[in-house]
Amino acid sequence: MSMLSLRDITVRFEPKGKPPVLALDDVSLDVANDTFSVIVGPSGCGKSTLLRLVAGLETPTSGRLELDGQPINGPSADRGMVFQSYTLFPWLTVRENVMFGPKLKGLSKSECEDIADDLIKAVHLDGFEKSYPKELSGGMRQRVALARALANDPRILLMDEPFGALDSQTRQMMQELLLDVWQSRRKTVLFITHDIDEAIFLGDEVHVMSARPGLIKQSLDISIERPRHIDALTSPEFMDYKRTILSLMHDEAIKAEDAANQRKSA
Amino acid sequence: MWTRSLFSPKTDIDKGTYVTLSLISVAVILALWCLLTYGGITPRDFLAAPHEVVQAGIKRMANMSLFEHMWASLVVILSGFILASIFAVPIGILMGSFRAVQALIEPITGFMRYIPVSALIPLLILWIGIGIEQKIMVIFLGTFFQQLILISDVSARISKDLIDCAYTLGADRRRVVTRVLVPACMPGVMDNLRVTMGWAWTYLVVAELVAADTGLGYMILNAMRGLFTDVILLGVFTIGILGLITDFFFKWARRRLLPWSADF
Ligand SMILES: Nc1ncnc2c1ncn2[C@@H]1O[C@H](COP(=O)(O)OP(=O)(O)OP(=O)(O)O)[C@@H](O)[C@H]1O
Ligand SMILES: [Mg+2]
Repeated sequence: MSMLSLRDITVRFEPKGKPPVLALDDVSLDVANDTFSVIVGPSGCGKSTLLRLVAGLETPTSGRLELDGQPINGPSADRGMVFQSYTLFPWLTVRENVMFGPKLKGLSKSECEDIADDLIKAVHLDGFEKSYPKELSGGMRQRVALARALANDPRILLMDEPFGALDSQTRQMMQELLLDVWQSRRKTVLFITHDIDEAIFLGDEVHVMSARPGLIKQSLDISIERPRHIDALTSPEFMDYKRTILSLMHDEAIKAEDAANQRKSA
Repeated sequence: MWTRSLFSPKTDIDKGTYVTLSLISVAVILALWCLLTYGGITPRDFLAAPHEVVQAGIKRMANMSLFEHMWASLVVILSGFILASIFAVPIGILMGSFRAVQALIEPITGFMRYIPVSALIPLLILWIGIGIEQKIMVIFLGTFFQQLILISDVSARISKDLIDCAYTLGADRRRVVTRVLVPACMPGVMDNLRVTMGWAWTYLVVAELVAADTGLGYMILNAMRGLFTDVILLGVFTIGILGLITDFFFKWARRRLLPWSADF
């Protein structure tokens, strides 16, 4: 059953003193319960806009947006989000950061602490409960951000290029950790990236987006066996998926380039 | 060694070298002063010699008058500064993050920041007289509008992602302000309070221009009439030292109150 559904979503930005931008054009997307969905697309194609819509941080110009059959209007704790930029609250310790959501809900201190300590263990950061974000590396900060988003036990977890700023080794480690956590907690995840390897490695399904105006060009089911490990990256089936997505994205890149050239010459 | 060279930009030098260089600069000024005065290059009533300033200081400390002046000035400076901060911090934070507040306040601050405080003194005298209120008001006006602009800038620079993130964690608008925006502004607020505290000191003489009978600014102005350059210099040094002390206090308080903050 699809729990998140986007129907004919269009988003047009009208920045002051600049030409309007059609960020998303007639996008429809369904995300089923407990699946790991990945959206991959070139820079500027509207991926973040799409995710922010689901989070309730942006309103569509037209179209319908539903979670469990209820229209989405405004942000709420049932849609947790991990951002690409580091968004830990620097004045709170690791534990206090993770407790932020449960505390707002009015849970008792000991309940909050139990939830936090449990999740901090799940992201392998036990021992760092009392550290401040400034003492953590980029990868550790994103792990805390993941734990913090999960602390609300959201219906869906939204992730906007959360590992984009990390080096490739840390990134690989984070992907495996994320899959571990996902496997043991069974969450619906909507994950955004522009890294094709990351998309295939993580996703049950991968939606390929095209640029300007942003729309979903094709969706693929990824049937690589789980649990997945690093050797999946070099398997023949992985390569097949990669070839398909690369050629889809390649067409897009050429089109975008042409469009840019035309705009320049016009 | 290349990596610790004095001549490569943005590299650290060792503490000993740093202190030595600082001492050299102080020593050069002192030496120049000694040369000018003891060397007989400048007449004494034009520039007092170091020992005369020390004597003037000892005399005024012995009869406590220096401390009375210090106290009077501190009361004026701190009252004006604290009063300004009490209003400027919350209004500035709101102004930087709420367009409506910005629209309300900006025309006033934009205009007031260019008015020299001394130009308002006649009106202040007319409206609130020549008592201590007038002096406090001078400090208030001198710091308030600058603080407002600086703090609203701090607030405007807080990352939107931090705010959005709080919403996705279930915070409502009120809690986004109280639990995220306000704490996120604190390091910037502290830095700018420190900077504007320095500016508040620079208004001291202007504040004590009219109808004062105590205070360091008054002491200096009074000494000017008799060309007592030793007392003028004593006043200048005292203000400088008090300024340094308040600066250290702010640095210390920031480290104490905001240990989580990355840069100081
Ligand atoms: N608030 C806004 N006002 C005006 N234009 C916007 C706004 N937000 C996004 N855009 C524009 O909409 C388009 C899509 O932006 P979006 O951030 O969703 O892309 P993206 O796929 O996430 O890009 P990236 O990979 O760089 O993160 C871009 O051209 C961007 O400039
Ligand atoms: Mg983006």
